[in-house]
Amino acid sequence: MALKSGKTGGGRFLIDSIEKETMVTPEDFTAEQLMFAETTKNFIEKSVVPHDQEIEQLNYELTVKLLQEAGELGLLGADVPEPFGGLGLDKVSAALITESLAEGSSFCLSASVHTGIGTLPIVFFGNKRQKEKYLPDLAAGRKIAAYCLTEPSSGSDALSARTTARLSDDGNYYLLNGRKQFITNAGFADLFIVYARIEGKDFSAFIVEKTMDGVSLGPEEKKMGIKGSSTRAVILDDVKVPVDNLLGERGKGHIIAFNILNIGRFKLGMTGLGAAKEAIKLATRFAVERIQFGRPVASFPLIQKKLAEMNTKTYALESIVYRTAGLIDASLKDVDHMSPEAGCQSAEGIAEYAMECSINKVFGSETLSAVADEGVQIHGGYGYTQDYKIERIYRDSRINRIFEGTNEINRLVIVGTLLKKAAKGELPLFEKIETLAPERTKSPAADSLEGEADLVSRAKKLLLIALGEAEKKYGRDLQKEQQVAGHLSDIIIQIYTMDSVLLRTLKRRDRIGSEKAENSLDMARLFIQKSFETVGSLAREVLAEVVDLGAGQNLFATAEKLAKAFPANVMQMKTKIAGRVIEAGGYTV
Amino acid sequence: MNLLVCIRQTLDTEEKIVIENGKVSHADAKFIINPYDEYAIEEALRLREAEGGTVTVVTAGPEQAESALRTALAMGADKAVRINTSAADARAIAALLAAIAKKETYDLILGGNFDVDTGAGQVPIRLAEELDMPHIGPVTNLKVQNGRIRAERDAEGATEVVTCALPALITAQQGLNEPRYPSLPGIMKAKRKPIAEFNGDELVSAELLADTAQVVALFAPQPKEPGRILQGELDDQVEELASILRIKCGLS
Repeated sequence: MALKSGKTGGGRFLIDSIEKETMVTPEDFTAEQLMFAETTKNFIEKSVVPHDQEIEQLNYELTVKLLQEAGELGLLGADVPEPFGGLGLDKVSAALITESLAEGSSFCLSASVHTGIGTLPIVFFGNKRQKEKYLPDLAAGRKIAAYCLTEPSSGSDALSARTTARLSDDGNYYLLNGRKQFITNAGFADLFIVYARIEGKDFSAFIVEKTMDGVSLGPEEKKMGIKGSSTRAVILDDVKVPVDNLLGERGKGHIIAFNILNIGRFKLGMTGLGAAKEAIKLATRFAVERIQFGRPVASFPLIQKKLAEMNTKTYALESIVYRTAGLIDASLKDVDHMSPEAGCQSAEGIAEYAMECSINKVFGSETLSAVADEGVQIHGGYGYTQDYKIERIYRDSRINRIFEGTNEINRLVIVGTLLKKAAKGELPLFEKIETLAPERTKSPAADSLEGEADLVSRAKKLLLIALGEAEKKYGRDLQKEQQVAGHLSDIIIQIYTMDSVLLRTLKRRDRIGSEKAENSLDMARLFIQKSFETVGSLAREVLAEVVDLGAGQNLFATAEKLAKAFPANVMQMKTKIAGRVIEAGGYTV
Repeated sequence: MNLLVCIRQTLDTEEKIVIENGKVSHADAKFIINPYDEYAIEEALRLREAEGGTVTVVTAGPEQAESALRTALAMGADKAVRINTSAADARAIAALLAAIAKKETYDLILGGNFDVDTGAGQVPIRLAEELDMPHIGPVTNLKVQNGRIRAERDAEGATEVVTCALPALITAQQGLNEPRYPSLPGIMKAKRKPIAEFNGDELVSAELLADTAQVVALFAPQPKEPGRILQGELDDQVEELASILRIKCGLS
């Protein structure tokens, strides 16, 4: 695969200014992709939402029936290659389909766990026989999959799993023993991807069928949210798993686990995006209809400010989700889907963007949390009652910061991945530091976003300074300095989102003109201004920790100069953005 | 069965209507297949599934209308025809569609009861007339048997059952069926299905196309003035109401 050539590859956004034309944005969706989204939304609206209450009561049969219907429409086959009964779609299409499921709440989770971490281990790491045996049924929704990694005593520390696999004396099967915890879809899944240690050491993955003797389930967890999705323990008691059901190589389970998590994390960005858009729609409609002091609450500036912020964060999330999907597509374009290596190559192509996947997870879940929280606030007392869906979105959103690697683990992954790439020479991190943020000579045109581009460039330089100093002090132990690593991750997240917002907005402006792109331009100004301030304060704290105050005078002065931003009238921007959100009745670009 | 479905693209019913320079502004607007035409497509697909055959969809409209045909193909229609024209007059459209219908032998032609944007419903009926074919509409239930159709039609609150021999034309009413949405594989297959194109003037005379009804003015209805709730004692309210009716409405 041609990966690391030129300016492509994970993390390049930190050092290069890519051509905006090469970045995928929602404005680039094809007519066909929009039709995929339309079908998905129609299905959710007409077949899922009317049964919402029943699904929330944990009606397995209904969820399974709806999954089958979704399968018949092709909604579960996007990531499964065509020869195995799927559609083999590009990742941009797959992302758009997943985003469009979001209003289905718990159903969306059941579906995306099935298509993502449930099905993809076989897509990527199954052998031909396993793919032929399982994928057509999974793509059609005739069988439902679940993913069993977590155990009662191993959550974030996934590789400390205790479940064991012992090869039988006749060598025909493995005997699996152990307990898997918090397994989504467990109640109705036909197939479990189970991780276990062979002979207590080789961490490996297995395809376990529900019907195998010794598979049983714990009771349903009483969860805070996503109550319509099944979450149970899966108990394995001397389960005889045929040796043919070993997935991938013996002892290489960690490769499967981490690669699949990349996709799972990326998918959370998409579902977070869909849910955030729904929350904005609900909050806007409520704010327009709710009259207090004789006028709609949407007319009050403190409510408008919230709507503007919710819309702007969601715009940023949308920008990174589809940029990442586009990057992964480009990374996979040379994969020969007929070759037996196709799956592994695909996983590798996705792993190239592991850092971006984690950014999508963290920023996606935290954006959704913030949007859902303000959505409740806009609803006032009604938002605290179950009569309004925003209450559900608020509860449902909370899990997103926990599963598929907590946001804390993902923050460590972001910095860890970056350092590994730099150490391997895949990313010339510090070579380009001088080219970033040159002195500006002329004042920019009103719609040029040159000032914002300068802020993004300065943020990159600030990161490299802070990262460079931190590395100097801690070397390979940097990841263990979790507060510093966490701050650096936050800066990286801000840079990826700012950079994506900037490029998308410029691309939009070039395509439709400044006047029509006015809302995007305002959002880009607002978002980049606020993000830049965050970056400045994070970088300052990192430097205060890692640089000796006396010796580092010059460095502090450089950083302070870089972090200085001229004040922008963000209040006015928010008023204008809010006006457009209210006019549109929901999320608007 | 050889089935022909006549469809038209309309503005999404959820779109806000903006009038600019005497025309409905279509900038950034979302377009859909006229919902009644969707019932017609669905019915044709079901008939084909039961009886075998081919479903052709046809529309008369600008290039943009091609996306409506793609959607119909994605739902499962076999092929499509677009008549390139800006004509919006029912007589002209019916003549154009008749020219297409005459190119092949169709057992049944289906259309929608009326267009949700203009409220017009003449085209299919005129088409039946052009083709000298019996027509039944608006149909809520349809059966095909031994070369005949049996249709239930809405008749001002009652249901009338009508039968006739094929070939015939029907118009679809709400309740006839629940249209499917295109499946993802359907959408992908639609890309490879053929859309034939004809220019309006290849099909009918230029005179006919020129001599059409024209829209001379278009305006939005006046916004309704906010209502007023009368306050105070009942007698005072009655008095005030009477005075309003006298002064504002000229009643005496």
